[in-house]
Amino acid sequence: MAHKPSSPIVVENPWERLNAFTDARIGLGRAGVSLPTSKLLAFQLAHAQAQDAVHCPLDVETLSNELTQALNLTEAPLRLHSHAQDRAMYLQRPDYGRRLNDETREQLQQAATSQQRYDLAVVVVDGLSALAVQQNSAPFLSTLYQMLSSDAADWQLAPLTIVEQGRVAIGDEIGGLLNADAVLVMIGERPGLSSPDSLGLYMTWAPEPGLKDDRRNCISNVRPAGLQIEEAARRFFLLLKEARQLKLSGVKLKDRSEDNVLEGESASGSTRNFLVAD
Amino acid sequence: MAQTYQTTVGSRSYRFASLAELMAKATPPRSGDRLAGVMAESAEERVVAQMVLAELPLTTFLNEALIPYEEDEITRLIIDDHDADAFAPLRHLTVGDFRNWLLSDHATSDVLTEVKAGITPEMAAAVSKLMRNQDLILVAKKCRVTTAFRNTIGLPGRLSTRLQPNHPTDDVTGIAASILDGLLYGSGDAVIGINPATDNVAQSVKLMRLMDEVIQKYQIPTQSCVLTHITNTLEAIEQGAPVDLVFQSIGGTEATNRSFGFDLSTLAEAEAAAQSLNRGTVGRNVMYFETGQGSSLSADAHHGLDQQTCEARAYAVARKFKPLLVNTVVGFIGPEYLFDGKEITRAGLEDHFCGKLLGVPMGCDVCYTNHAEADQNDMDNLLTLLGVAGCNFIMGIPGSDDIMLNYQTTSFHDALYARRVLGLKAAPEFERWLEEMQIFQDVSTHRLNDQLPAAFANSLRHLPKEPRHGT
Repeated sequence: MAHKPSSPIVVENPWERLNAFTDARIGLGRAGVSLPTSKLLAFQLAHAQAQDAVHCPLDVETLSNELTQALNLTEAPLRLHSHAQDRAMYLQRPDYGRRLNDETREQLQQAATSQQRYDLAVVVVDGLSALAVQQNSAPFLSTLYQMLSSDAADWQLAPLTIVEQGRVAIGDEIGGLLNADAVLVMIGERPGLSSPDSLGLYMTWAPEPGLKDDRRNCISNVRPAGLQIEEAARRFFLLLKEARQLKLSGVKLKDRSEDNVLEGESASGSTRNFLVAD
Repeated sequence: MAQTYQTTVGSRSYRFASLAELMAKATPPRSGDRLAGVMAESAEERVVAQMVLAELPLTTFLNEALIPYEEDEITRLIIDDHDADAFAPLRHLTVGDFRNWLLSDHATSDVLTEVKAGITPEMAAAVSKLMRNQDLILVAKKCRVTTAFRNTIGLPGRLSTRLQPNHPTDDVTGIAASILDGLLYGSGDAVIGINPATDNVAQSVKLMRLMDEVIQKYQIPTQSCVLTHITNTLEAIEQGAPVDLVFQSIGGTEATNRSFGFDLSTLAEAEAAAQSLNRGTVGRNVMYFETGQGSSLSADAHHGLDQQTCEARAYAVARKFKPLLVNTVVGFIGPEYLFDGKEITRAGLEDHFCGKLLGVPMGCDVCYTNHAEADQNDMDNLLTLLGVAGCNFIMGIPGSDDIMLNYQTTSFHDALYARRVLGLKAAPEFERWLEEMQIFQDVSTHRLNDQLPAAFANSLRHLPKEPRHGT
């Protein structure tokens, strides 16, 4: 069939309005069979933001000041560093990111010489997105600290720590050294193309080095366009109270708490949709 | 029985303590082998290991198990199922000779089909370590592995796609929207396959029904699959759910698979259950497996082997159960196993070659995560190379962006690029359907219809007015 000179160079998809029903990149249109320039560049921008999120270093100074102010801390957070010296090493050696370097481990040990036990240690870790940590830490912790202080039970908090080049499991070493019953690790998650700023929350009861994933509970996708700060803090606090009551965390705790948020929609079992409506 | 391997280059002597060490050190560099501490310590040591490996008789791999026979059911599978008659033409060869033979005019497509049951995963892995990328492409292209269920996949000159309409909350309208988008770009002949966000039986059954209804209504000559744990699919079959294909992620050691929660007997049980449903129309291949270098190390179940050798052993598991599709999800695992575009590309070509040589219907999830040193250009390169190599299928996802799994893979557009530039077509049954449904103006020149085909225009009238909250 001859290509009519009047036909457009970029063919729009007549089903483009389906975009209202999913964040998937559907109805993009095409130039021949290829992506139109505007859609190509939109993708490139999203990928660039995700990559920047991985490689952008955490501004510890600024974050430390923000947290001190927002939480009315009497002492600035302790600044720690993993065994991974830089980002290149961090990306290739997950085992290095799971333990403190010798220098900051000593600092932490000195800070924790008192015999005092704590109910919770909060550990802020850059992870794979410093952006997520930079943006969401202070608002989340303000909300959480408020919940803890207005709770009927007493919650003793260990000194707040900030870790560079860390992975989730580094919280277990820190929580153990601080004599904390539970540890909360707030960490930048692997950035998705549409979510470079997603914070993950991991909780371990009775933290110590060497624990596996099945001992942790996770709340994921905490960010302005994802799980809201208030809701994330509420869910975490529920988990924490449950953990303290049962003296455990991880798979066993999850089985009991039965989080139904995702299931809400699917529980209906209906497959009704426009493709098979008649 | 285990011997050591040594040689001298100039004034330096090299010694490799075991066959596993020799294999690992002969492997082209990648971060996962560095992480495991099995990688060559220098560029020279790597090539020396390749030279020593080239001199080894292929029969070495029948006499010396990399993981002991008594300890690992996959070693037992490899040894017990080895076909000595098929191996006879290769019996006298060293690994280096084997490379020459594979590239030679003796190794035609028919001959390669005859010998495949005589080749073990370790032989395939060993020879691949001596091969350049073009060797991997050339030999894979000669291998023919064709499978069928409701259409025929892997015929020469064909490139199929898995339509992957994932959604972060499994919303049915959102999934249906991605399915429609894919079908209208000619995607979905390998399978319409959903990774569920909520991984339980009830949710899987619901998604199976959704896809079954779409396939039936539009009479699409394809199959569906929910990529849930194999035990969930078994339960779904018991409940009477419309299961076309059984999915499972598999690895190359027994301990890897146990960490995934299954063993070979589970796979046999699931294959029999899916066969009993008799849902295929042109064939009876009912399994869909996914693999990927690094999974054994990640499960701490690699027995000191390099990650590519572990991966090749997974194909012995796959071929036992006559799958419709086997997919190496090459860049998903992250940069601690495959650091950048170069390592991902090499691994994709190795996996495709080893799978095809062993008679496995290999496809590839040409993909990367945002913390890997890779981008769309690397994916374009690997996609093109695999298209040239005769890869059975790739993924198709809206705009390359999987909004549920948070990684990037090939898009509907990418598949059409590859088909156009390499003159490849969809599976024949599916291609006829694309023409009948008027999705293409001319399917032979890959000219899509500018208008919405009538059958689908009608469906769009049933769209809800307002998106539901949270979708």
